[in-house]
Amino acid sequence: MKNNKIFYFIVILIVAIFIVLLLGLKEEKNYSLQPETKKLNNSILLKELYSGKNIFLNDLLLENEINLINIWASWCSPCKAEHPYLINLNERFGINLIGINYKDNLDNSKKFLSDLGNPYDEVLVDSDGTKSIELGAIGVPETYLINNENKIIKKFVGPLDQDDYEDIISLIKK
Amino acid sequence: MINQIGAYSLYICLFASVYLIFKSYISLKNFDKKFYQTFFATLSVQLFMTILSFFTLVFAFVFSDFSNITVFNNSHTLKPLFYKISGTWGNHEGSLLLWLLVLTFFLFIFFVTSKKMNVRYRILTILFQEIIILGFLLFILFTSNPFLNILPIPDEGLGLNPILQDPALAIHPPLLYVGYVGTSIIFSASLAALITKTVDNVWASHIKNWILISWIFLSVGILLGSIWAYYELGWGGFWFWDPVENVSLMPWFCLTALLHSIIVLKNRNVFHSWTVILSITTFSLSMSGTFLVRSGILNSIHTFANDPSRGVFILTFLLFLVLLAVFIFFFNQKNFPDTYQRSFLVSRETSILINNWFMMFFLSVVLVGTAYPIFLEVINDAKISVGPPFYHKLIVPFLIPFLFFMALGPNIKWIKDKIIKLNISQIIFLILSFVISFFIVFNTNTNYLFSTLLFTFSFYLFFNVINSFQKKNSNLSQKVSHLGFSIFMLSILFNGILSKENSANMKVGDEINFLNKKLIFENVKVESDSNFKKLVGEFKLNDNGKIIHFKPEIRVYSHPETITSEADISSTLFSDNFLVFSLIKNDGFFNVRYQHKPLMIWIWISVLLMSLGGVFSFFKLNEK
Amino acid sequence: MKKITLIVLILIINALHSNISFADQKKNIDHITKNLRCLICQGQSVYDSQSDFALSMKKLIRIKIKEGNTEDEIYNFLKEKYGEWIVYEPEVNKNTIFLWGLPLILFIFGGLLIIRKVTIK
Repeated sequence: MKNNKIFYFIVILIVAIFIVLLLGLKEEKNYSLQPETKKLNNSILLKELYSGKNIFLNDLLLENEINLINIWASWCSPCKAEHPYLINLNERFGINLIGINYKDNLDNSKKFLSDLGNPYDEVLVDSDGTKSIELGAIGVPETYLINNENKIIKKFVGPLDQDDYEDIISLIKK
Repeated sequence: MINQIGAYSLYICLFASVYLIFKSYISLKNFDKKFYQTFFATLSVQLFMTILSFFTLVFAFVFSDFSNITVFNNSHTLKPLFYKISGTWGNHEGSLLLWLLVLTFFLFIFFVTSKKMNVRYRILTILFQEIIILGFLLFILFTSNPFLNILPIPDEGLGLNPILQDPALAIHPPLLYVGYVGTSIIFSASLAALITKTVDNVWASHIKNWILISWIFLSVGILLGSIWAYYELGWGGFWFWDPVENVSLMPWFCLTALLHSIIVLKNRNVFHSWTVILSITTFSLSMSGTFLVRSGILNSIHTFANDPSRGVFILTFLLFLVLLAVFIFFFNQKNFPDTYQRSFLVSRETSILINNWFMMFFLSVVLVGTAYPIFLEVINDAKISVGPPFYHKLIVPFLIPFLFFMALGPNIKWIKDKIIKLNISQIIFLILSFVISFFIVFNTNTNYLFSTLLFTFSFYLFFNVINSFQKKNSNLSQKVSHLGFSIFMLSILFNGILSKENSANMKVGDEINFLNKKLIFENVKVESDSNFKKLVGEFKLNDNGKIIHFKPEIRVYSHPETITSEADISSTLFSDNFLVFSLIKNDGFFNVRYQHKPLMIWIWISVLLMSLGGVFSFFKLNEK
Repeated sequence: MKKITLIVLILIINALHSNISFADQKKNIDHITKNLRCLICQGQSVYDSQSDFALSMKKLIRIKIKEGNTEDEIYNFLKEKYGEWIVYEPEVNKNTIFLWGLPLILFIFGGLLIIRKVTIK
């Protein structure tokens, strides 16, 4: 009797482990972001690219509007690929777009913007990458949608593509 | 052409396997006198065909036959011959073929060396083993066939991951597989013995050899992997508690427990069911290891090609085998001999039970730590990382009592002994160990209570083992292995508290001072080798007048494009000086990492010593 | 008996926790970065990695320590940004109670089995 209980217990345990592992096979293995609803840290201070003035990131965010933060670098080739989307978002939809220039040579980044066009309302410089970490970034490019309460409502890791672009547009229109 | 030979020989294996399963099932009921000849012939054919298909693949690798997809994906004409050969099992398909080769080879050996055993037991072992072989054959042929054609035939292959182009890593997988596959024989044999009511001391001494083989190869395999990680991954550590490493450690704990409990079964004819449970668990863990590594369910530094459908196959197969084992175990429980014998609290039996108890605990820590993140993610969608601090916090405190019991255990007699035997010499050892440890820890400014206790009991074990070499009554292999373990503990402890390191960004001509040492970055040269280009750094370390030159390398491989850092290590019996440099983005600067690691080489030597004890036992050097 | 064993175990683990004290700042940075996963690498710690992410992270931690943040504050800050996944030592909470507890429960269970098995006399 007692042995029977142990037997059933073990069989059920093994089958349960099997099911969990089977489901585990489908999970995403790499770092994935959980929906972020935290308020932006209001003490992130960065230099402006052209003037060199120190500016608090929060001061650049427009109230009652959706803002976009884009982390980029001139040495990052996926950044070039997503650049047309950013230009469109800024010019056609008039979204407030703040660029954060990640670990870059300033001359190169200026040249990058003059060659490909400047979609950013403001460009801030993060020369050692620490400010991007404070924002919760893992690399370039990354794009964050900030809602009217200064909360990150969506993170795009990697270059924006057509789907992301449409996603952003639908969120702005809401 | 080559692909056809390889694939057809695997199909012949498949037929042989099906035939043997059928034949052995029939033979169990109607015993056939000519069974030996039939089995011998079929097993020989199967072994020959596996060897043929394996060497076909080796051949395709050696001659860079890119009509074979495995060769195309994992080789390159410019690769040195040695790595062309080792490339055969450096990939998923080839490594499975190697598994299969060892499986059939071991079964053949088992068949010809078990003539003294009960015939039904032998047939049943073959039956279970052939089920495993059949599973692997189906897996290879339908999800990971190494002999697929590629058309049109490419001119050049994609190359082998350069991080794998290393002598230690070339022979590490075969050793590990021998260990893993050995556990499959133990699994099949214990189920067979259970059904045929032959789980007894005769069976124990017969199966002990297989346990020893698996244990020795697994130990040396883990050791090589660890040495490789030490000099190739470039971080100076030798164990990272990475899931792939853990997966090889789990069957090791289980096998070590089994190695001890089988001695009790052999000498005292008790612990039958526990031994069978351990046998089943050991093999399940080896198989789960394959599943976890090959399915890509883990996030690990050791990356392997991943394919979920393979994971599903191995998992289903594993479930089948484990359930089969559980059913057989529970429905044959009456078959365990009723040889209940009293064991007393102070006895050799208890001390071995305590060993098993701790082994199972260490196993559970590693198992839970490795599997928990997977479970949590599935059940709760939360992602956590379980790393070194977790394992250290749970394992290290338990090492203290473990070392204590390990020191006392071998001195205790079977059945019943007296505590009073803990005589003066034991007390002297303990006090001596404590005094030495206290001074060591005191002098390093790390006044941790734990370090002192760990040192004390490691020394206590060490003295006890040394002392036991004078006695005649205990066995040599046990003494050598335990000596190995005590040296292992001591060298890890010394290494842990006395290691020094310094990491700095330097450019050529820079000079830095740290810990009374002066490190000069003298030069960096670009050189070419057959299949890579390399940057060779020249460093000079002045350690209180003693000069050491280092020439670490940064290798740039082109097929596929990868950069690896090769550490330069100068080893002596007392310490290792380890220097590695790597590229950083700032122009002209390199990250230079220097480490001084005392007694490093003794970690390797001690593991070899432990394995040597196993070898002694295998060759029966214990008997007076 | 069970309770006593449990209390002893908890004491041992607590002692381990409190024993981690630091000599100097560099050691402190090394200690913290060894306990952080480099999110863009395959199973490497921030300490071991030379990637952009890891280098920036090391710099940020140096700044945070200079500003007077404690080890736990830094972990919490990073966990808020990147989730539990970033630290190698999972904290004890309702998600991880069995991670820490299961091996200890099994240990106690094993001990009881042995006591039942042998004759005490």
